[in-house]
Amino acid sequence: MDVIYMDNNATTKIAPEVLDAMMPYLTDYYGNASSMHNFGGMVGRQIVEAREKVAALINADPGEIIFTSCGTESDSTAVHAAIRSNPSKKHIITTRVEHPAIKNLYEYLAKNGYRVTWVPVDSEGVLDLDFLYDHLSEDTAIVSIMWANNESGVIFPIDEIAEKLASRKIVFHSDAVQAVGKLPVDVKKTGLNMMSISGHKLHAPKGVGALYVKKGTKFSPFMIGGHQERNRRGGTENSASIIGMGKACELVGSHIEEIDTRVRSMRDRLEDGLLKNVPNALLNGKKDARLPNTTNISFEYIEGEAILLMMDQLGICASSGSACTSGSLEPSHVLRAMGVPFTAAHGSIRFSLSTYNTEKEVDFVVENLPPIIERLRNMSPFWKEGACKVQ
Amino acid sequence: MWEYTDKVKDHFINPRNVGEVEDPDGVGEVGSMACGDALKLTFKLDENKKIKEAKFQTFGCASAIASSSALTEMLIGKTVEEAEKITNDDIADYLGGLPKEKMHCSVLGKDALEKAIYCYRGEGEKEIDGNIVCECFGVTDKEIERTVAENQLKTIEEVTNYVKAGGGCENCHEDIQKILDEYNNKTPEAAPAKKELTNIQKIRMIEETLDREIKPALQKDGGNIELIDVDGSRVLVKLIGTCATCKASQLTLKNYVEIRLQEMVSPDLVVEEVK
Repeated sequence: MDVIYMDNNATTKIAPEVLDAMMPYLTDYYGNASSMHNFGGMVGRQIVEAREKVAALINADPGEIIFTSCGTESDSTAVHAAIRSNPSKKHIITTRVEHPAIKNLYEYLAKNGYRVTWVPVDSEGVLDLDFLYDHLSEDTAIVSIMWANNESGVIFPIDEIAEKLASRKIVFHSDAVQAVGKLPVDVKKTGLNMMSISGHKLHAPKGVGALYVKKGTKFSPFMIGGHQERNRRGGTENSASIIGMGKACELVGSHIEEIDTRVRSMRDRLEDGLLKNVPNALLNGKKDARLPNTTNISFEYIEGEAILLMMDQLGICASSGSACTSGSLEPSHVLRAMGVPFTAAHGSIRFSLSTYNTEKEVDFVVENLPPIIERLRNMSPFWKEGACKVQ
Repeated sequence: MWEYTDKVKDHFINPRNVGEVEDPDGVGEVGSMACGDALKLTFKLDENKKIKEAKFQTFGCASAIASSSALTEMLIGKTVEEAEKITNDDIADYLGGLPKEKMHCSVLGKDALEKAIYCYRGEGEKEIDGNIVCECFGVTDKEIERTVAENQLKTIEEVTNYVKAGGGCENCHEDIQKILDEYNNKTPEAAPAKKELTNIQKIRMIEETLDREIKPALQKDGGNIELIDVDGSRVLVKLIGTCATCKASQLTLKNYVEIRLQEMVSPDLVVEEVK
């Protein structure tokens, strides 16, 4: 059975070109980039190139890129760097809809002496900027706001926030793992201090990420060890994956326009098709402020896992709520923050496309999902002949 | 991805007895949309008072649907008295087991069956039994006690997996722990000690705590501690070995020895060093 992969916000396929670029460094050229001999040195030169490619994608200087092991490490590095560099400041700000990489880190800090402000979103997942600005203070060590939400796809106005925070000299970090590779991102124009990128979200392998640190931002390393990454992140470089991430950034840079056009139109076709063919289906997230590849739809009166497993029978891969929350009993914290009612929150399905998807796949889902929804609704005690018994 | 048995998958993909029995003898509805799962069970008896037809409607995950389907299959052909004996474990066993995080799905089936039987006997709605412990999912202390006892549960996580209690805001974790402690007789020996202790009892408990918990820890660092006397709430001790010369010994006494003794024996104890 062919797999129809529409879960690209969870992870992506390694691009064949990326794998080709990596293979020599997993086999013949295993040298340590820090070694004196040329056998290692040639790996070091490839890492230099990779760094240039990652920097080019976001319009940074190569010296502003630190390679890490993943988006989570980048997030932890950024937040710890900010609070260690400002030890007297005990207030930190983030949103109520962050990925667990930030959410759980902030919850940990809240238990360890930090005052946390959680900025709310409205029912369309749009950030309450006034709330954010009202809560800035002299005591604020860092503001961390994701660039785009992994579940709803809603994009936050990072440019505007960065400008405001820069004028108050408050350190600003953004978890941009869902944005970089899907949207044009220009750190020079935006002017934020730190930004997290993940390799496996943009067709590089898992186990590699990067943190952009703007020149002049106070920094202290999270992983303390060797001199690698100019003393900012100890540990022998994951050379093959870093080289793969460089290649992936180069590739995705040339695909940004295709994502904005072809992928967007496939997403719209999928979304419109499902909303039209399935009664009581609701869109989550502000329609015109979303990533071009993401749609999150609630099918009322049924439960997400059942939908996912029925789709799995047909080889369709998507996720419910968020990859991190589909195992727990409650709807995702993102949907709860948006105030999506229980009738809809449990049955939310996120589709996230990539350039590897085809229109044929989209049509297959539009044709095959509505009968699955109908079947599950016919089993549901809350569903009667196209109308709801409760409420 | 859950690791479901083939039988769970089969009952999910091809559920048996979906729907509502016409003119039923028993109806049991449990759960709600907020809970994340809900089940409506209906059954009808034949002239021999055996269950002739049983049907379900379920809102929930794959294992909730499979558990409901399994339950209806198990019910058909049984008398109400036989049906009454079905436990949530029987439902899970019928399916070849459920992932531990999904055991609440089998409990859902058991609860619906219980309600349907109440309904059949004309006993009406079962009254809320006990006091609500978990506000998020409306679970009572009685329900938790029963599930803990039936399934020999040991941790809060297990309780959440079975009856959902504690899976939301987590405010009730302390109360659930109390129920667990009571059932598992884990009430630390300290609990009775919190009542009035006789002097002899107090000295014995202090000695026991020192021997069991404190001395081994100090001995690791080449030190030791000796109990000299107990005067009311004052515990007089002597530090020996490296402890006697260690600059941090006062910290050890106050932050470690005293706190352990307060926890294990009596909260009003004060530790003092005798040189």
